[in-house]
Amino acid sequence: MARLSLDNVTKSFANFDAVKDVSIDVGDGEFLAVLGPSGCGKTTLLRLVAGFEKVTSGEIRIGSEVVSGKGGSVAPEKRRVGIVFQNYALWPHMTVAENIGYSLKVAKLDKAVARRKVEDALALVNLQGLGERRPANLSGGQRQRVALARCLVAAPSLVLFDEPLANLDVHLRASMEDEFASFHKRTGTTIVYITHDQAEAMALADRIAVMDGGRLAQLATPRELYHEPANEMVASFISQGILLPADVLSAEERGHCKVRVLGAELIVRCRPGERPRTGAKVCCRSADLDVSPDGPGFDGLVKRVIYQGGSARIEFTPSTNPDLTLHFEQPDPVALESGAQARLRIRSGWLIPAAGAAS
Amino acid sequence: MSTRIRESRGQEMVLTAAVAIVIALLSLLPMLRLIKEIVAPGGTLSTVAIKAGLASPATWIATWHTLVVGIGGTLLAVLSGTLVAVLVTLTDIRARSAMVLCYVMPLMIAPQVTALAWLQLFGPASPFLKLFGAAPPLGTRNPLYSTSGIILLLGVQYGPLVFLLVRAGLRKLPRELVEAARAGGAGWFTVLVTIVLPLMTPSIMAAAALAFVSCVGNFGIPAFLGIPANYLVLPTLIYQKLAGGGPAVLGETAFLSVLIGIIAMAGILTQEIMSRRRDYRISSTSLPAEPYELGRWRPAVHAGMWLLIIVVLVLPLFGLVLTSLVPGYGIALTAKTATLDNYRFVLFEHDAASRAFFNSFWLSIAAAFFAVLVAVPIGYLIAWGKQRWVRLLNLSVELPYALPGVVLAIASLLMFLRPIPLTGIQLYNTVWIILYAYLARFLVLALRPTISGYHQIDRALEEAAQVAGAGLFTRMRTIIFPLVAPAAIAGGLLIFMTALSELTVSALLWSSGSETIGVVMFSFEQGGDSNYAAAMSVITVAVTFLLMLVTNLLAPYLPTGVLPWRD
Repeated sequence: MARLSLDNVTKSFANFDAVKDVSIDVGDGEFLAVLGPSGCGKTTLLRLVAGFEKVTSGEIRIGSEVVSGKGGSVAPEKRRVGIVFQNYALWPHMTVAENIGYSLKVAKLDKAVARRKVEDALALVNLQGLGERRPANLSGGQRQRVALARCLVAAPSLVLFDEPLANLDVHLRASMEDEFASFHKRTGTTIVYITHDQAEAMALADRIAVMDGGRLAQLATPRELYHEPANEMVASFISQGILLPADVLSAEERGHCKVRVLGAELIVRCRPGERPRTGAKVCCRSADLDVSPDGPGFDGLVKRVIYQGGSARIEFTPSTNPDLTLHFEQPDPVALESGAQARLRIRSGWLIPAAGAAS
Repeated sequence: MSTRIRESRGQEMVLTAAVAIVIALLSLLPMLRLIKEIVAPGGTLSTVAIKAGLASPATWIATWHTLVVGIGGTLLAVLSGTLVAVLVTLTDIRARSAMVLCYVMPLMIAPQVTALAWLQLFGPASPFLKLFGAAPPLGTRNPLYSTSGIILLLGVQYGPLVFLLVRAGLRKLPRELVEAARAGGAGWFTVLVTIVLPLMTPSIMAAAALAFVSCVGNFGIPAFLGIPANYLVLPTLIYQKLAGGGPAVLGETAFLSVLIGIIAMAGILTQEIMSRRRDYRISSTSLPAEPYELGRWRPAVHAGMWLLIIVVLVLPLFGLVLTSLVPGYGIALTAKTATLDNYRFVLFEHDAASRAFFNSFWLSIAAAFFAVLVAVPIGYLIAWGKQRWVRLLNLSVELPYALPGVVLAIASLLMFLRPIPLTGIQLYNTVWIILYAYLARFLVLALRPTISGYHQIDRALEEAAQVAGAGLFTRMRTIIFPLVAPAAIAGGLLIFMTALSELTVSALLWSSGSETIGVVMFSFEQGGDSNYAAAMSVITVAVTFLLMLVTNLLAPYLPTGVLPWRD
């Protein structure tokens, strides 16, 4: 088990920065998810940690050892990290047992000991008795388990997952998620888990690093990411947050302040020390919106009603600001129809900290 | 930290250095040596060698002949190869795989065997014509001993080469482009002329360039057909000069071989320029177009195709077998005269011939084995390497094969005429100089399939082994080699088949005791013993066919396109 720290890591390819000035500290035994849209640099980040790519600047440490930095780069085969690859990367010319036992063979471990370890690893992923099969004769879920067992058997200090569930169907995903979680609980290994799936990241991780355009957008617990996004990107990326222009009217008091959004005044949550300012943004979740025919709020037009079974997703355009689209759920019986006028109320929200504000 | 960091790159550096040395030895060194001989014969810069070469009328005549048969053979190959490719790929012709196999077969047969087979078919002694009593009277000149004969056989030999490239291009043609034209009201023939063939220009040009280089560098066909008619092309001129003058005329032949190299390169350059003139890029990829229904023309097209195959493949081989069974020149083949004596003679009685079988077999095996061994690490660096300069390696490995074989043969002679410095080892006049030339020339045949094998393998398989703690050499042995082995071994088998009856290189490098099958076959034919030459040819063709069958067993594990005869 080991800590992983990245200090101001930058990776540039010919003329663009895939990873820009990223600093992350992963605690011993922590489960960190790296989340972001495709092309955000998360896979490059994983390859930097594994040692397949060399950093352009900055430093990566595993435990107390600098593995990538100015002085050079420790080869991947000497880093003692385990990787579960997206497409499993099982060697087709070896049996399941040979796949799993490969790192032991490379380390020239005693054969009998190695065999027992392979058996244990197989048992750990519930694949007893399949050791003599070829990877080609396994189902997708079984292959994923073999890949997991292969990475466990060497007892790596750090395990990297590269979108391990991307190739599995929905049902398998759920059960593999459970398996990863219980694996983490059991072994206490430090894990870095790359994914583009928020639900997966939220379900598994202690903390989530959201990446955007090569930069670290926010590093926080799942709850904090949802409730207190640090910037507009995270706010809109996580659970489709709605961003609304706002003016801050009062200074922060016990974590709240008064703002004006779309002509209506309301109280939102905020960081300590917020002061009145204009041009701010408030992040609302669809659950924060409801229809209030004659209370305080703002008027607008129902643009679209998408029935989703049991409830409908309503897309709404406020009349004061027709460029904005708000969306919320309305449970059955759905009363609104597209083209209808309605009045909405925002119950709560989160004031996005001003850009450049310390986090 | 620093030691762990330094350790990491060690094996990769060793590998890169080893590969660089092998390639320098096999490819760069001979080419540099050849150029040195031209610009600085004897060590000082001078234009003497060039001037002497340019002043000789023989040079100009042979150059003219080379261009005539090169361009003629290319045209014939492009016309026939493209036509067959269009018919086989775009129409609903039947028995496609069998047709491809039969049509491509001549490519797997050595040119001098093709030449011999055709000569036996049409000559006055032809056992085949004698079967119908249609043979011309003895003493009549064989009609193939002529310019048009050489062009015809070059076209037959390299038509399949064009076919393979054009077919590969046609298969990538997206059906939307064809369908859009048909929806626009164009008939099938209009589509072919206005859409398909223009889009195929790059493929056809590339095929033409390759066919041209092959025609210009071909030795077997002009040697068998041209020398008796005293119609010399550059490769045969070099052969005659060396055979008559020995090492003394090496400088002169070096000039001639560079001349061939220049002509070949000019062909490739022309192709480059021609295919850059317009944008032929096909952006979308999709399913191939529905085959065109030949309808009532189908029987006629079928008949035409099979007739072509009978003419280019079946009849010549049949003629070859008949000749190998005849006891002597001009004797008609009957149940009574048929004999296996020719086989017995070449296999067991004739010293040089049996030695040649032995030599050629082990030379081919050694070349194939070595090439497979070297192709795996070279392919690794080229396909997966990060350094950009490594890609230049690819070019240097291609060079000895892209240039006509004569060029490499002369370069090898120049390099090894004197004992190797420091060691005093003498390769000249031994079988080892042939092995060296084979390694240099054929390495690329194993490298190409190996590289396409690498491109098919998920790199993560290697990375997984890397994070498992395996160093580069361990990964090579346990992961990479097993995964690319089918492709590399298929390449090795291609080398074996090509080297077994190779003539161009060994004709210039052989010495007494180091004869190859091609060389002995050639000398039998020159001495008028066509029956023995035919028997040797039949044996090599049979071995080649057998190996093709064996190689087919590998086919399921190979990237498409590695085995040329597989559809």
